[in-house]
Amino acid sequence: MVATTRAARPWWKRVGLGRLAMYVVLVLIVLLFVFFADFEKIQRNFFDWETIERMFPDVITIAAKNTVIATVLTFAIGLVLALLLALMKRSTIGPYRWFASGYIELFRGLPALITLILVAFGLPIAFGWDIPGGRLGQGVIGLSLVAAAYMAETIRAGIEAVPRGQMEAARSLGMSRANAMAFIILPQAFRIIIPPLTNEFVLLIKDTSLFFVIGTTPASRELTKFARDFMTDARNATPLTVVAVLYLLITLPLTAMVRRLERSASRGKR
Amino acid sequence: MSANPIQVRDLHKYFGELEVLRGIDFEVAAGEVVCVIGPSGSGKSTLLRCVNRLEEPTSGTILIEGEDITDPEANIDQLRAKIGMVFQQFNLFPHLNVLRNLTIAQRKVLGRSDDEANQVAAAMLERVGLSDKIDEFPARLSGGQQQRVAIARALCMNPDMMLFDEPTSALDPELIGEVLDVMRTLADEGMTMMVVTHEMGFAHNVADRVVFMDGGVIVEDGPPDQVLGNPQHERTRKFLRAVAQAEE
Repeated sequence: MVATTRAARPWWKRVGLGRLAMYVVLVLIVLLFVFFADFEKIQRNFFDWETIERMFPDVITIAAKNTVIATVLTFAIGLVLALLLALMKRSTIGPYRWFASGYIELFRGLPALITLILVAFGLPIAFGWDIPGGRLGQGVIGLSLVAAAYMAETIRAGIEAVPRGQMEAARSLGMSRANAMAFIILPQAFRIIIPPLTNEFVLLIKDTSLFFVIGTTPASRELTKFARDFMTDARNATPLTVVAVLYLLITLPLTAMVRRLERSASRGKR
Repeated sequence: MSANPIQVRDLHKYFGELEVLRGIDFEVAAGEVVCVIGPSGSGKSTLLRCVNRLEEPTSGTILIEGEDITDPEANIDQLRAKIGMVFQQFNLFPHLNVLRNLTIAQRKVLGRSDDEANQVAAAMLERVGLSDKIDEFPARLSGGQQQRVAIARALCMNPDMMLFDEPTSALDPELIGEVLDVMRTLADEGMTMMVVTHEMGFAHNVADRVVFMDGGVIVEDGPPDQVLGNPQHERTRKFLRAVAQAEE
């Protein structure tokens, strides 16, 4: 019955005029691109094979490696700081709470770039000492300070998402507050916040490109700085294409994983 | 005979402006089973939760085996380990399997070895009839099974007394019996028990004493036959009539 009425209607009515218009626009755009784009120029500037060949293997062995190392270190240091801040923010002792709140508001309110420049240039000028690890180390510390502020709020939300009865059950068995937090509350909180933390990790991968502004030695270049240097050298934009692909190779599987985790989490809760 | 293990004197509890407990004097003798009944908002759960200081009393004293638990100097963790508590919502630890639910506090609080904790856990699980569920996670158990595991978890600490906070109120009707059976066995074995409940049958058959609370005070306190069968106060009669009507 339904099938016959459908067949009886003319095809343009079935598709709908609005959809039809959108298809027409799409076809026009594609045709314009095909006829007017200068493919040779595009290829020379974004997909120059010779430049690509010259970038390897350094783009992997130096740049991608540094990006990954910097991200992992930043995430690890930031996570530890964030856990400390989250626990301080829930402390019964006022000054701890105030410090944590102040810290979180400060570093979430500032552009990450300001913090990075402050750590790399401001601190050495002010106190006459450098953060170890060279520019890469300074970048990692600077970005950790920022990441900690964001992750602290995530962890705090995770802790608060664990039902109050869990703490009560642990305490009623005689467990101390610290033991209950470490063995009962935090394991559940972290399970809840794995997706947002993975998101934070993806953001950090991209944020390490900010290291570009504090300058680096040839051996400590990460992907963005590496591409920028190579562009000057090669006088075309191909290096950007290459590192863009490399960034996506790292970030896309992770965001796909976040989606999977979120789906399984919502299934688990039901 | 030594002093009663649970002694509550002139207990007051405020939530903000609201006075939830208005001067409670209350004792439970060793081996005694006391059921606390009353309408919701009567303060019965708050009283129970004050006994192991999950709620901080506003004033008054609570002696557990002679020790004042409201004393800031008291080692509250040691005292709580002696007081088993069972919650309306079970509150099993969902990230741990049944065995680890039963052993974690034994290891962290009593300092038992893994072997000893595992042995005690297995014995307590057998007591509640769930030996075959030792490796399951709580989410895979029925409500009744979860509550029995929660009782076993409390028993693992070798408590001197058990507090039950509406242990069957969150259960489907057909699962209430298995939990009450476990509690009845515990009572028969001589456990000191304080049970906040709406199960009048359990209160009548198992309790040594029934306490009726309303409006933050104890209205009536006596043997089940008297409080449930021949209540002296109008408020008790009204409550029992309402419960009987609801059960019809």
